[in-house]
Amino acid sequence: MNRTGIIYGINGPVVYLKGNTGFKMSEMVYVGEEKLVGEVIGLTKDTTTVQVFEETTGLKPGAEVEATGDAISVTLGPGILNNIFDGIERPLSEIAKASGKYITRGVSVDALDVEKKWDITLKVAAGDEVHGGTIIAETQETPSVVHKSMVPPGIDGIVKSAVPDGAYNVTETIVVVTCEDGSEKEIALAQKWPIRIPRPTSARFPASVPLVTGQRILDTLFPIAKGGTAAIPGGFGTGKTMTQHQIAKWSDASIIIYIGCGERGNEMTEVLEDFAKLVDPKTGNPLMARTTLIANTSNMPVAAREASIYTGITLAEYYRDMGYDVAIMADSTSRWAEALRELSGRLEEMPAEEGFPAYLASRLSAFYERAGMMRTLNGSEGSVSIIGAVSPQGGDFSEPVTQNTKRFVRCFWGLDKSLAYARHFPAIHWLTSYSEYVNDLSPWYSEHVSPKFIDYRNQIIALLNSESSLMEIVKLIGSDVLPDDQKLVLEIARVIRLGFLQQNAFHQEDTCVPMQKQFLMMDVVLYLYKKARDLITQGHPMSILKEDTIFEKIISIKYDVPNNQLELFDNYKKDIDTFYDKVLEKNA
Amino acid sequence: MSIEYLGLSEINGPLVVLEGVKNAAYEEIVEFTIEGKEKKLGRIVEIYDDKAVIQVFEGTESMSLKNTHTKLTGHPMEIALSPEMLGRTFNGIGAPIDDLGPIVPEQMTNINGLPLNPCTREYPRNYIRTGISAIDGLTTLIRGQKLPIFSGNGLPHDQLAAQIVQQASLGDNTDEEFAIVFAAMGVKYDVAEFFRRTFEESGVSDHVVMFLNLANDPVVERLITPKVALTVAEYLAFEKGMHILVILTDITSFCEAMREVSSSKGEIPSRKGYPGYLYSELATLYERAGIVSGGTGSVTQIPILTMPNDDITHPIPDLTGYITEGQIVLDRQLHGQAVYPPINVLPSLSRLMKDGIGKGYTREDHQDVANQLFSCYAKVGDARALASVIGEDELSPLDKKYLIFGKAFEENFVGQGRMENRTIEDTLNIGWNLLGILPKEELDRIDTKILDQYYKPVQGTNA
Repeated sequence: MNRTGIIYGINGPVVYLKGNTGFKMSEMVYVGEEKLVGEVIGLTKDTTTVQVFEETTGLKPGAEVEATGDAISVTLGPGILNNIFDGIERPLSEIAKASGKYITRGVSVDALDVEKKWDITLKVAAGDEVHGGTIIAETQETPSVVHKSMVPPGIDGIVKSAVPDGAYNVTETIVVVTCEDGSEKEIALAQKWPIRIPRPTSARFPASVPLVTGQRILDTLFPIAKGGTAAIPGGFGTGKTMTQHQIAKWSDASIIIYIGCGERGNEMTEVLEDFAKLVDPKTGNPLMARTTLIANTSNMPVAAREASIYTGITLAEYYRDMGYDVAIMADSTSRWAEALRELSGRLEEMPAEEGFPAYLASRLSAFYERAGMMRTLNGSEGSVSIIGAVSPQGGDFSEPVTQNTKRFVRCFWGLDKSLAYARHFPAIHWLTSYSEYVNDLSPWYSEHVSPKFIDYRNQIIALLNSESSLMEIVKLIGSDVLPDDQKLVLEIARVIRLGFLQQNAFHQEDTCVPMQKQFLMMDVVLYLYKKARDLITQGHPMSILKEDTIFEKIISIKYDVPNNQLELFDNYKKDIDTFYDKVLEKNA
Repeated sequence: MSIEYLGLSEINGPLVVLEGVKNAAYEEIVEFTIEGKEKKLGRIVEIYDDKAVIQVFEGTESMSLKNTHTKLTGHPMEIALSPEMLGRTFNGIGAPIDDLGPIVPEQMTNINGLPLNPCTREYPRNYIRTGISAIDGLTTLIRGQKLPIFSGNGLPHDQLAAQIVQQASLGDNTDEEFAIVFAAMGVKYDVAEFFRRTFEESGVSDHVVMFLNLANDPVVERLITPKVALTVAEYLAFEKGMHILVILTDITSFCEAMREVSSSKGEIPSRKGYPGYLYSELATLYERAGIVSGGTGSVTQIPILTMPNDDITHPIPDLTGYITEGQIVLDRQLHGQAVYPPINVLPSLSRLMKDGIGKGYTREDHQDVANQLFSCYAKVGDARALASVIGEDELSPLDKKYLIFGKAFEENFVGQGRMENRTIEDTLNIGWNLLGILPKEELDRIDTKILDQYYKPVQGTNA
């Protein structure tokens, strides 16, 4: 039966329908003659409230709204990767074909290419017992990724028939399953899943493996685990997007979902152009082959911005269920929170802090809790890591979105305005940032990098902390009056800041650094500290130590030692020994 | 055939309510006739059943609940477009006010615009030389960028914008057509006059389309002015292949107008009383800058906004900064020291700069010099803070050098004449001269090869 409603009132993206329409909550609806996509967000005895994912200009009271019976959902199947979608999974390249350079309204395009034939290999045969999550077919989706099609969750039974290997499009039935209740289900490569409901898994593991990003301050000081959550808050111009781009480019996740939520159009174009050219160091294929972009730029309709975050995470969960490690970049969650605020204002709800709706915290927590390292329904292991940028108003971290996000993430990479002004990038401040994963991950570091790794990391942090308390004094009386051992702490901290924490995203060697090099860099810096401290305790003043260029030499290790010639590090230790002997000799 | 409705049921500030309307569409334009003579335009901003809330553009003065006839036009706000618009002056809603008669339209276009598909955008890479060192050197303007000027009342943002307009050159390829679209929202008469005169003096007035909504013009019109202007800009850029520089001033008045209308609609306010959709509204303006792939034209935006109380964390500059691709921040202290243009380079930024400079665009050392200048100038701040506590004499020799560098940087690099037009070579060379004040070891942001090639210590200061 076709359920319809009649428009009664319109206010921006919110449309009111009169009477009890029999619509369901979260149901997808088509609004008006142009069939704009909308979602039911409120029901009372005499009004139905619908948010519309497209511009509502030109809608009239009296126009018809038609229910589809499905919750607002995404289509899952091969063809998602190496693609760019809007907030409700409409491929932008198809929209461009249909409507030219601008995104017009009511464009009806399929989420996945229905013409394209995929070469699939069947993994099940008639008579096999299958459950939700069982892999039924595989196809090479992109040069980097094998797409594993699964039985949708909730279907259990015996395979009645399966097609032979060959080329099929996403809508053709490939497997028919006889369920326990006797009904038959036809399964195609493409399936649907509602975006607001997490896909089921069988178990969740604690974090134990880091998501290696190649960024020193992240991997070494504030690591994130695979299946972990991190927030990058920072005022405008502090480098949130840049940090996310770096992680998307160089992290060792198998799949990257990049959600441009209410951000700049040119930035999405940049990602599209760059990622198509850049080569994934792991596979040698273009980065786009493991990436999908969800672009809901700031001038695209606000309701779709709200949905884009959920669309992204649902796609991520789908690939996780195949057993991949997926990382989501959500840039930026503040824009999403503002979309909530905007819609809440249109609905005339009672505002809480700063005008944000009171359910902001619960929505944020529900989103971040969809991350995790999971055992999937088919027994494989996969993870979804969420890295969310936060754009606090005025760069003030006490605002509601940052504060609520802080409660639900375990990694906090606080970007600092003064570092950004001094062009210290990444401008992640080592005093405000933290990672709760350090302890969970230390066994991994001991085993895979070096048993000393965590100890070194802690020493580095301690040095940076002492620097900051010494700087308080320096700010008042200047650095000349400090004793030499404290001057050395300042100098070593400077070496750490410039040589280790600062990382040049545009330098070929420095843009992504392997764990082993990160460890050796710490090793050399701390060795220099140890030797220099020896000299100081023997009474040699800092001014003599600084005559040598060794400090500058250590700072430029990041450029001078190529990532594949780590044996060069031995020379630096020798240089430090020479420096040590020279000072002793000259001032004996 | 169109029905006319007699009378209104409510008038509240710039909003009127009409009941019993049939077939009205959201955002549709309506025409009012008052006492059979005066005509006004309005836009439907809310509909509930047969009741429409309408925003009146020219103000509700002289309207009463009885004397007004309302006619639905059946279409959203549209503007007549034609290449003839170049050199003409219009009011805030796009009606000619220069007594040269109406425009013969080539096409009618909805002013609300549509979002550009990120797939069809081209990433901006060509820089625009403005001849101003602080901009060219440190916050390079790229064609297709949106780069606002954050200013305060009494600071010379208008002069700066005018200088950019006069000096902005497209490079050597001079057969490319360029034009300026100027939209004034709630600015003083003198400001509009200043720009008109500047355009005339620099001989570009036949390439300028002006939209003027002055401070005493109706507030609601202001909400339309930038949209009209950007529609014209998009038309000239993407249909006619021209390079368009759009100047929008003052965004703050636009936002104030939005707050005023929102509050008369009885909407729930969010930050500082501005409506919750302030971000989305600003984004629909700023995002209309860009380049379409396959086309020859571009839209570059320089919005000007005066920060209330010079507060960069105020919602208007804050939200703007999150949408635009950088910002140029003017500083009252520098202005007080008679530095022109008083650009505070530290909070200023151009996000697109990294891909539009360097070898093949400007000069190979550009990025390094810029980074080094930023980094050194940030240290100047620390040295000054220390000097204010312990006195300049007590500073270490290095800190003293930073003080000298800081002063020279402000006077010679940032500061320049109001008509001075520097080449990129000039700008970078001045930068190197300044860096020469500092010892070579301090220059830690520059590639060793480039440093060896360009670095020359300044005699006397580096002994």
